[in-house]
Amino acid sequence: MDVEETIQIKGLSKSYDGRKVLENLSFSVAAGEVYGLLGANGAGKSTAIEAILGTRQADSGSVRILGLNPWKQRKQLFEQVGVQLQDTNYPDKIKVKELCEETACLYKHPVNCDELLQRFGLKDKKNAFVSELSGGQRQKLFIVLSLIPNPEVVFLDELTTGLDTKARRSVWKSLLELKEQGMTILLSSHFMDEVEILCDRIGILRDGKFVFEGTVHEAEALSSCEKLEDAYLWFAEEEETDNE
Amino acid sequence: MNRFFTVLKTELKLSFRGMDMIIFALCIPAVAAVILGAVYGNRAAAPGAEYSFLEQSFGALSTIAVCAGGVMGLPLLISDYRQKRILKRYKVTPASPAFLLAVWVAIYAVYSLLSLALVFGILSLFFGCRFRGSFGIFLITYILVMLSMFSIGLMVGGVAPDMKTASVTASVLYFPMLIFSGATLPYEVMPPALQKAADYLPLTQGIKLLKASSLGFPMESVWMPIAAMLTVMIICGGIAVRFFKWE
Repeated sequence: MDVEETIQIKGLSKSYDGRKVLENLSFSVAAGEVYGLLGANGAGKSTAIEAILGTRQADSGSVRILGLNPWKQRKQLFEQVGVQLQDTNYPDKIKVKELCEETACLYKHPVNCDELLQRFGLKDKKNAFVSELSGGQRQKLFIVLSLIPNPEVVFLDELTTGLDTKARRSVWKSLLELKEQGMTILLSSHFMDEVEILCDRIGILRDGKFVFEGTVHEAEALSSCEKLEDAYLWFAEEEETDNE
Repeated sequence: MNRFFTVLKTELKLSFRGMDMIIFALCIPAVAAVILGAVYGNRAAAPGAEYSFLEQSFGALSTIAVCAGGVMGLPLLISDYRQKRILKRYKVTPASPAFLLAVWVAIYAVYSLLSLALVFGILSLFFGCRFRGSFGIFLITYILVMLSMFSIGLMVGGVAPDMKTASVTASVLYFPMLIFSGATLPYEVMPPALQKAADYLPLTQGIKLLKASSLGFPMESVWMPIAAMLTVMIICGGIAVRFFKWE
């Protein structure tokens, strides 16, 4: 048997009411790699992440993360995997500290929350209500939550959507630090500047299928575009659309 | 166990901040106990009865919180957490569904037991009520009634597609049960026709059971309410587990 990649996805498919939202998706992410899933709204990024993690049931295909099957070995796997889903939420009237504590107690070997909050510049917000945080602070808090299990792999779904430029930059800085520490990251985004800075490899989705899979340079070379943004548009063929 | 109490502690804090349960599960039973106490004092339950009307009402008053927590609080909390996709966040952690269900049941069990102590304190300190049954048996029947009522809430919360449906269903179940099962308005003062109708509410049966165990009646006389409680628990609990939706 060959050496198993950290994340290995084979033939992942899903359809809703006969409409294919994911079609035969296969890719893998090596240890320490940052992989970016790109695509327009509705191209299947979130569905792909959720189908991989098992919060949505895939019709067919197989997924291995750290050698485990997330659909069947949920409890074991999520000890080592941190996740931030796009549309998850938190209870009303919960404080930052409480949300951290409540998350930390679910894991066997959690990291110290105070240190994480400190690292992400949220220490002075410990006693604030989560609802009082700014958009950027809240996204950083969600990164903190996904790091509490001291994971080997993190999944981050559209972490910077809805943030202003400054907040986005500071979230990137945090992610770059994680990358330097050797964390394996699978993220989805539709900001090309972000992807260019963070990702080792990318997969561009259109209508649930990969139209490109490889490194940023390969995307630029293959499309004969100089910038990733142009390459992305070339692959995604969405020059005419204006939904973003 | 540690993680159970950590999550329970936080969820209780959130619930206290929400205030609704403090009002519906703690204040209302206390107020109802004071009103009934002021109206009936230590009058006997019936001419020649050994126990007072108030002692007879204790079992009923102790279920106001059970009804509020189980039929109102529990379904609203579950559907709210589902709608906000908080459940989905839990799904990508090592927490199991059973763990969450246990925490939720524990939240409202805490309210119910606090209210039980509060009502008992008020009746015994201010109105001279005595507890005539076996406390152990009473506690067992209380927990049976509680779990039975909570299973109704788990079913509504688990199956309702959204917060709105859950809230309408909870209200439809909660208010008739609160008023007509004898929890607030004493069953004994209802006209016979109303009593007959009330007998079909599961909580009415639960209250009969609690009255019997708190007054020290033999348990053989209440096999019907016991069977009713178990049936509700098995059917509603079964539906809740079978059709539970995380999203």
